[in-house]
Amino acid sequence: MSLLFSTGMHSDSKVEVHKFYGGTIVGAAILALVLQAFLHKFGQWSELIELPLLVTIYFGVSRRNPVSGLLLGAAIGILQDGLSHDNPIGLYGIAKTLVGYFASSVGAKIDTEHPIARFGLVFVLFHFHQAVLAITQRALLSRSAPIFNLHLLIESLVNAGFAVLFFAVLDRLRKPR
Amino acid sequence: MEISVRHRPFILLTIVVAAQVLLIAFQVRHSDRGQRDVPLVRYWAAALVTPIERAGTWTFSKIGGIWTGYVALHSTREENLRLRSENDQLKLRNRQLETEAGEAQRLSALWNFRQAHPEAPMMAAQVLGSSPAMISAQIIGASADPNSHTMFINRGDHDRIRRNMGVITPDGVVGKIVEVFPNTAQVLLITDKDSGVGALFADTRTHGVVKGTGDPQPRLDYVVNDEKVQIDEEIITSGEDRIFPKGLPIGTVGEAKPANPFQMIHVKPAARLDRLEDVLILTTMQDVNLKKADDSAPAPNGAPVPTSNVPTSQNPAAPMKSAAKAATGAGPQP
Repeated sequence: MSLLFSTGMHSDSKVEVHKFYGGTIVGAAILALVLQAFLHKFGQWSELIELPLLVTIYFGVSRRNPVSGLLLGAAIGILQDGLSHDNPIGLYGIAKTLVGYFASSVGAKIDTEHPIARFGLVFVLFHFHQAVLAITQRALLSRSAPIFNLHLLIESLVNAGFAVLFFAVLDRLRKPR
Repeated sequence: MEISVRHRPFILLTIVVAAQVLLIAFQVRHSDRGQRDVPLVRYWAAALVTPIERAGTWTFSKIGGIWTGYVALHSTREENLRLRSENDQLKLRNRQLETEAGEAQRLSALWNFRQAHPEAPMMAAQVLGSSPAMISAQIIGASADPNSHTMFINRGDHDRIRRNMGVITPDGVVGKIVEVFPNTAQVLLITDKDSGVGALFADTRTHGVVKGTGDPQPRLDYVVNDEKVQIDEEIITSGEDRIFPKGLPIGTVGEAKPANPFQMIHVKPAARLDRLEDVLILTTMQDVNLKKADDSAPAPNGAPVPTSNVPTSQNPAAPMKSAAKAATGAGPQP
């Protein structure tokens, strides 16, 4: 198992791997969950923003390590499931595990520092996340969930736009080179 | 078997996802049996997040309190000024309404008084009618001379006010009209030293004359020393002065002591002369019902009892002439 975890540390040497101060990733993940739960008190508009997903994508892309990305996504997703009332543990876990993995994989291949790249990446991964959620619910829980609709499109655009600003803020948590 | 470096993250991904799929299947199966799913995970999640949420809620409420309590008060000053102005206006309005309510109460008392004395023709109350026998008036001023106990009322010649008309309140006699102007008139109070009112004791029917002394308490003259006078005994008008009808309260005995040649009797006026606001003016003094007065002081031919004919049983003739003169008052005569 330790072999599995160690192998992921190797990423593309051409793309810079960003490091963060100790506890930053854990702290940001918890804060995202807290804010997500907290902001839901203020009405439906706050539900448009998927902070745990954005944190998963950001740290996956920045660390460019698929293993840490998938594990961070799994942890965030499971905790998000834990905070929900009717979701079984693992629903968001699976979706964010996959998102974390693919975000790290994409981050290891291409430069995602540009705002447009970030916008596009979040837009795509948001729909990927929703698709995994919908498929999981349909396959395992026999629930009907939309894979794509107008609301999801708007939600993805809002999240992608917000992510550009949010990622710029998170960039300040990086260790200087 | 050595795992390819490239495939190791993918294998880990597969394991993690598969584990979660199994976890979901496990929960679905347990939920079908009515059992709770993995509560430990939910407990940990809640234990991890809720303390921070609580702290966040507390912080937000404090920040919100600071905002609403301090920062967002920039418009409060204007609102406060507006409310103060509105409050001042309401206070003024309230005071005005209180004054009107008091006035209505006083007028109601006057009306009740009028209703209570329907038997007196001169008091056939007609405050609102076309030929008023009794007109209400308001005190609008007093004399500038401290020795002169007079008041000004808001009725005058235009209201058919004439000299020597009696002025009363529901409490009792006030005085008489001594000067008439187009829109105002001057009232000589019974406390003025030039004033005199024909009077009698309500119980003993002993006659006398209430004369002003310039003090708050007038004096009842011409009561012989043999007459037993009780403190607080009621004194009413006798009707002999041809100004006031018989039976109106003048006041009560405040103090009585023997003197020469008559008793010194101080009268506490029934009307509150120090706080007069509304008064009634008796306009039909010629119609004073002296027939009733005849019951106690019969006239030889049924004519109105002249003021000189005050009871002879108690009073000698000479003093009674003075009494009559005093009862008509020293003011200008019509």
